[in-house]
Formats: sequence, C-alpha cells, structure tokens
Amino acid sequence: MLDDTLLSNRLPPAPGVGYKPQHFAQILEHAQPVEWLEIHAENYMGDGGRPLAQLRHLSEQFPISVHGVGLSIGGEGPLDPDHLARLKHLIGWLNPASFSEHLAWSTHDSHFLNDLLPLPYTNATLARICEHIDQVQETVGRQMLLENPSSYLAFEESTWSEPDFLREIARRTGCGLLLDVNNVFVSATNLDFSPQGYIDAYPLEKVGEIHLGGHDEDEDDHGHPLLIDSHGREVVDPVWALLDYVLERSGPKSVLIEWDTDVPDWPILRAEADRAQAALDRVPV
Amino acid sequence: MSVSQAIFHTALLDPTAAIPEGLLDADAHPAGRRFSVYRNNVAVSLTEAMHQAFPVITKLLGAQNMDGLSGIFLRQHPPSSPLMMFYGEEFPGFMAGMEQLSHIGYLPDVARLELALRRSYHAADSEPASADALAVPPEDIMRARLGFVPSMQVLHSDWPIYSIWRFNTEDGAPKPGPGAEDVLITRVEYDPAPHLLPAGGAHWIAGLQAGQTIGDAFEETAAQFPEFDLGATLALLLQGGAITSVTIERLAT
Repeated sequence: MLDDTLLSNRLPPAPGVGYKPQHFAQILEHAQPVEWLEIHAENYMGDGGRPLAQLRHLSEQFPISVHGVGLSIGGEGPLDPDHLARLKHLIGWLNPASFSEHLAWSTHDSHFLNDLLPLPYTNATLARICEHIDQVQETVGRQMLLENPSSYLAFEESTWSEPDFLREIARRTGCGLLLDVNNVFVSATNLDFSPQGYIDAYPLEKVGEIHLGGHDEDEDDHGHPLLIDSHGREVVDPVWALLDYVLERSGPKSVLIEWDTDVPDWPILRAEADRAQAALDRVPV
Repeated sequence: MSVSQAIFHTALLDPTAAIPEGLLDADAHPAGRRFSVYRNNVAVSLTEAMHQAFPVITKLLGAQNMDGLSGIFLRQHPPSSPLMMFYGEEFPGFMAGMEQLSHIGYLPDVARLELALRRSYHAADSEPASADALAVPPEDIMRARLGFVPSMQVLHSDWPIYSIWRFNTEDGAPKPGPGAEDVLITRVEYDPAPHLLPAGGAHWIAGLQAGQTIGDAFEETAAQFPEFDLGATLALLLQGGAITSVTIERLAT
C-alpha cells in the first residue's frame, strides 16, 4: 500500500493531447497550444538525441504525463527489471505530472508483442497485478494510474466485473485509475453491456485522468458489431456523450485526446482538444 | 477453462494454431474472429515498425514484399524488449539466411546501415572536441589516440552500400557502381548522416577504437589498403563532430 504523501498526480483539469514529434514546432509556435501533453514512456528510453531533447524542452513549458505501454503489468511472469529501471530513470529526471500504465499484458517469455493483451478477471490475476503495482510504485517512488482496456472478447473463467476489479486493485495498492471512455464504449459495444451502467459501477473518485480516442468499426463471425480501438480518427459522438455522463458525476478531470495512427495536422488535433474543453466547461462547478 | 498466457502467446503468433478455448463473445459463443483482432494488432504493428525501421529495404523490395518478409521475421524474431526503436537487430542476419533473397546479396548490409543510422539517432549526446584539437605538430599527430562520440557508427561492406543508400534516398543521386564501400555515420546535432569513407577507413577507425595511435593504425591499414587516405578520413571525422578527445602521449625525456 502506497504512502498517501506520494499521491502526486499534478495534471490540470483541462484538455491535453498525446504528443507527436511532427507537431513539435506548431506546439511551440501556437499562441494557445494545449494545457498538457502525454508521451509514451518507451519512446523516450533511448540514450539521447532529438526525442530526449524535445522532451526536455517541452517539459519546461508543459505538464507532462508519462504513459507506459510496455511494462506488461498483467504478465504471468515477473516484471522486467531492466524495463522497470528505465522507467524509474525517466520518471526520476522528468518528474512528470502523472504516470500511468495498462490493465493488460504484452510480454511473454521475453517476447514483447507490442499490443495490450487481455486478462481474465480472477482472484489469481488480482493478486498478481497488485503485487506488480506495489513493485512499480515502490520502485518509481510515486503513485501510478491504471487504465481500463478495450475488450474484444471475454474470459469464461472471469469472476469479477471490470469496474469491481479495478476498484479492488485501487483499494489494495493505493494506485489511481485512468478512465478511457472510448475503451468503455468499445468494450460495452463488443460485449453487450451498458456503458452508463459501467460508469455507475466504476470508482470515479479514483480517476486521475480520462482518455478519449477514435475507434474503427468491424463485425464478428455472427454479424455482431466489433469496435476496434485504433486511435486513428476523431472521437465519435456517442463517446463524447459518455464523457458528459462521466464528467457530470466526477466533476472536472484532465482529459486527453489520443491520436496515434494516421496522425492529423495540428489544427485537427487541437479542435478535438477544444471539444474536450467545451465538455469541461459544461461541468457544473 | 483457464487460458494461460503461454497458450494465448502461441496462438497469437501462429495463425494456423487453434483459437484458445475459454475465450467468448458477447453471447458466450467461442470468440472466433474476435481473437484475430489481437493477432492482427500484433502482426500489423510489428510490420509497420519494420517499414519505419528499414525504409530503404522497403523501397528496394517493394512494400508488399516487405510485408511478407516482415510477417516471417516477426514470428521468428518477436521484439525482445518494449523499446521498439531498436527492433530489427536480427533482420540483416535473417535476410542473409533467406535463400529467396540470395540473388540480392547487398540487402543485409543495407539493413545494417539502416540499423546503424537508428542507433546513431538514439545515441547519447556528447560534446565534440574543438575543430583545432588536431592542430598539433605532425610528429605528435601520429602519436595521438582519439576518443569518439557515441553517435558515431562505422560499417564496412563488400557492396556499395553507401551508393545504394544514397540512390534510394536522394533525388538525382548517381547510380551505384560495383565495389566495396566503407561508411561513416556522424550526427551533427540530432540528424545522423552517412558519409563515404576512403578505402580502409573502417579498418583504420576500428584500430583507433581498439586503442591504437593514429600512426600505428595507419601503418597497419596502409599495409592492407595502400591507397588509404588518412587526411580525408580525419577531415570527415572532424567535420562530423565525431571526435571527443585527442590524447598525445609524450615521449619520456
């Protein structure tokens, strides 16, 4: 269990965007860029060069959120000590406003699969994840936020609902949560549950950050809609509506626009952040 | 039915493997095609990483052939770390072992050049020695030892890999002729660039990296490459900011 004094999420309750190097110049030249930026931790684990120089520069002007995509917190094996050390180093020198990772696994037998893979929600998974989160928080010396996944299938063996599972992880480890509203919508569509019901059951008081992103539409073998979390387009209207539903209940939060493939020109990304600002402006104070 | 990550992992990388039991859709049917989302995510994301990592190989082979080759490579050599910036270290050796590619013998060395450019891009920053660091009496020059910046990379190839790389990245670059080429990669500020070294250049720099003096390495290199041009090689290193230190051993008096 993490000491309360290390609770250190310092992101402003305002819109941010996922940082892409092609936007570097525009972000610095723009009169009103965004309130904060998020980076993928693994892209800044080289020894030097332009990526780290840009990050140092941006961190002087913007709160930075470090979002890991490679720790494999849900992995059956132990956490990779080298990767944990790299994370500790990055968080140590950057002192970011927030640090988050995923409820997922991505490494098996030292193979990194470059995807966020799903977990059964069982007592055994719960115990393992809590142990890993304890280890991460102790190593990097601060609280982390844990993000809910996009689900394309369910495990027969699961005995916990996802909101209850996340609530229990947060209770046992003292970690915070990152609520990806698009992921909730994608999972709810794919697995036929109510996204509002998910939010009603979800511990919103633990949320340190919200993610929004675009998804692709497909269907499964039986013609059932199958949404795929692609981060390659605008956020759809039903997801914006679900954000309103969340913010009405949670109050203002830090809202991130994720756009990782087919990255648009800066003004299009900025317009999505404006839309998030409008949603935040509607929240009763 | 419990689905271990070992079973999941095997089925992810082998498209002919059965989809693990115990994975369900919304109506509790077997997951079927839904599992393919993960298979597809893994294969597509790693294939894209290969395209980004090896743009000249992709151009030489064509995007479709590169997709096919990446599909085989990523299953034999999945990333061994989450640092995707270094993915593909085994690709030159993998291509060298592909019989279907044996008629394009230069591909592995061009891939080594692309890997070296990426290593240079992510190498630690360092302060090069000043431009006049080598402005010393000629007899001292030959006794000097050099330190190099981490972003410097050197390659020797039996193929004209610099010319091939340039022909495929630069408009109007001359068509590659036959012959071996040595390449020096230097990074001025943040942009690595390859340069053609004089014949023997890679051999001479390797000698210095092993701790030899400029003179000793020169003698050894000139014995093997009589045409080796020391002045031109030193000029490339200095212009590229590749030298961090010049140490001259004083003779005991």
